[in-house]
Amino acid sequence: MIRFLVRRLVLTIPVLLGVATLVFALMHLIPGDPAQAMLGETAAEEDIAALRARLGLDRPLSVQYGRFLRGAVGGDLGTSLRTGEPVADAIVARLPATFELAVAALLVALGVAIPLGILAAVRQGTLVDHGATAVALAGVSIPNFWLGPLLAIVFAVELGWLPVSGRGTVAHLVLPAITLGTALTAVLARMTRASLVEELRKPYVQAARARGASRTRAVLRHALPNSLIPVVTLVGLQCGAVLGGAVITETIFAWPGVGRLLVQSIGFRDYPMVQGCVLLIAVIYVGVNLVVDLAYGLLDPRIRYT
Amino acid sequence: MTRVGAAVVLVAVVAAIVGPWLVPFDPATQELALRLTGPSAAHWFGLDELGRDILARVLSGARVSLAVALVVVGISVTVGIAVGAIAGYCGGWIDEGVGRVMDILLAFPDLLLAIALVAALGPGLANVVLALSLIGWVGYARVVRAQALHTRELEFVEAARALGATTPRILLRHVIPATLPAVVVQATLGMGGVILAEASLSFLGLGVQPPTPSWGAMLNDGRGHLLDAPHLTIVPGLGIALLVLGFNFLGDGLRDRMDPTTRRGISGWLSRKRPATAPLRGAARQS
Repeated sequence: MIRFLVRRLVLTIPVLLGVATLVFALMHLIPGDPAQAMLGETAAEEDIAALRARLGLDRPLSVQYGRFLRGAVGGDLGTSLRTGEPVADAIVARLPATFELAVAALLVALGVAIPLGILAAVRQGTLVDHGATAVALAGVSIPNFWLGPLLAIVFAVELGWLPVSGRGTVAHLVLPAITLGTALTAVLARMTRASLVEELRKPYVQAARARGASRTRAVLRHALPNSLIPVVTLVGLQCGAVLGGAVITETIFAWPGVGRLLVQSIGFRDYPMVQGCVLLIAVIYVGVNLVVDLAYGLLDPRIRYT
Repeated sequence: MTRVGAAVVLVAVVAAIVGPWLVPFDPATQELALRLTGPSAAHWFGLDELGRDILARVLSGARVSLAVALVVVGISVTVGIAVGAIAGYCGGWIDEGVGRVMDILLAFPDLLLAIALVAALGPGLANVVLALSLIGWVGYARVVRAQALHTRELEFVEAARALGATTPRILLRHVIPATLPAVVVQATLGMGGVILAEASLSFLGLGVQPPTPSWGAMLNDGRGHLLDAPHLTIVPGLGIALLVLGFNFLGDGLRDRMDPTTRRGISGWLSRKRPATAPLRGAARQS
């Protein structure tokens, strides 16, 4: 197990280096002079030169790259062009909100997806199964930037049950969590169904039934725990979709998280902040996948030896 | 569901192609006096905040969405097949190198990387296509690589090698054709994904720029009128959801047809009959 852990950790290092390199390259993908692009067409020449010096853009590329990597490792992501505050501080201040939203969306998704997946699997080929599949596909197809406003119209404006935007109480979390969790629900329900159908075909489930286990026990006690291993992996993989979707959801509901900060920073051409947000979200995503891989290795010993 | 999906996609494609000629309104023509008017006999889906016909804009937006999806999926499939087949068939350092590049691109949430790339390159249709294609090929390359790894060990490929076939010939005549069914399924599902991604970028103001109609931008415009003119939000959102659902139904159905294992039933093993009979029924089905 230790060897598996070390090998998996070592494999993460080049990925993180590649992520940092790509994020560094973003600034240099800006057509023309990045400092000019940030300050606008009408900016004075001396202001552009000052910004170029402040961002280190007047140095050789290798020096800029080395400085960026050192900063990223040490948690120094530069300062915001708009507010002047350190990028890392601004992101860290908004991270709990994004984390809260992502976890809530995940709970919503798991709470709906697993029962729906079980129902579809045990009734495979029936109307219930087709209905669950259709609902799941609809969930994947509905854009969250459409679902969010519709939910807000019904539950916040018409019924007045929930607040339409902001953060503070659990009530504030409900609509953003449902909006963000819907697509995830659909994906997880489909995976739960597919995985459970596979498990239900295996001889140990037949053996359990032969020993007199009830249908419910055969499904819930025997097949379901094994079928959830791929679901756990998918949760890790879908964290990327959750973090990407959070950018939109936070924008719709004025949720004060990293995603909204990213969109606002793009609007203000605050590229150091954009770089910081993208880097941090990608690093979190890599970290979550690492944890999922390790958990997968713990759950299934065969993984450690492949 | 496959037929429903195919029908939805067909209707959308036909509507996108001929629709703008059937609707007697230009998507850019403004009737400011009628702004935010709801659906009526003259304007079936109503008018937006600048008095433009929403039906005409939805149909033009469908053209944009479908065109972007076709181009992005076309580029992604071509690059993905080429890279995946070469990496999987050749192996060695080529496979290692391609694998590392794919690992890095997969380390970013798709939409986040697209947002970051378009934010850097600048908003606009061409940059949306570029950003989505830069990300999109990876999924196809993974599928093709996995298939190529399997196919290169099969007898008919070994026979082709023994007969002196060159690597490009083996790839083009034997390896790539074997990967196409999986690629077709993924491309069908990918069309829906690209439509959603393009709409997301346009919603954030990074995609198609005005006055060109885009479903995502229309939804963003409608946000300010959720209460007084909900049709601004409902109609384009429904368009996106239906078209993406159509592609998902179609892709899902194609996958089921190409994978016979998904058609095997399990209900017999969970039947309410006496448990003692269940193993025999299951064994019979397996054989």
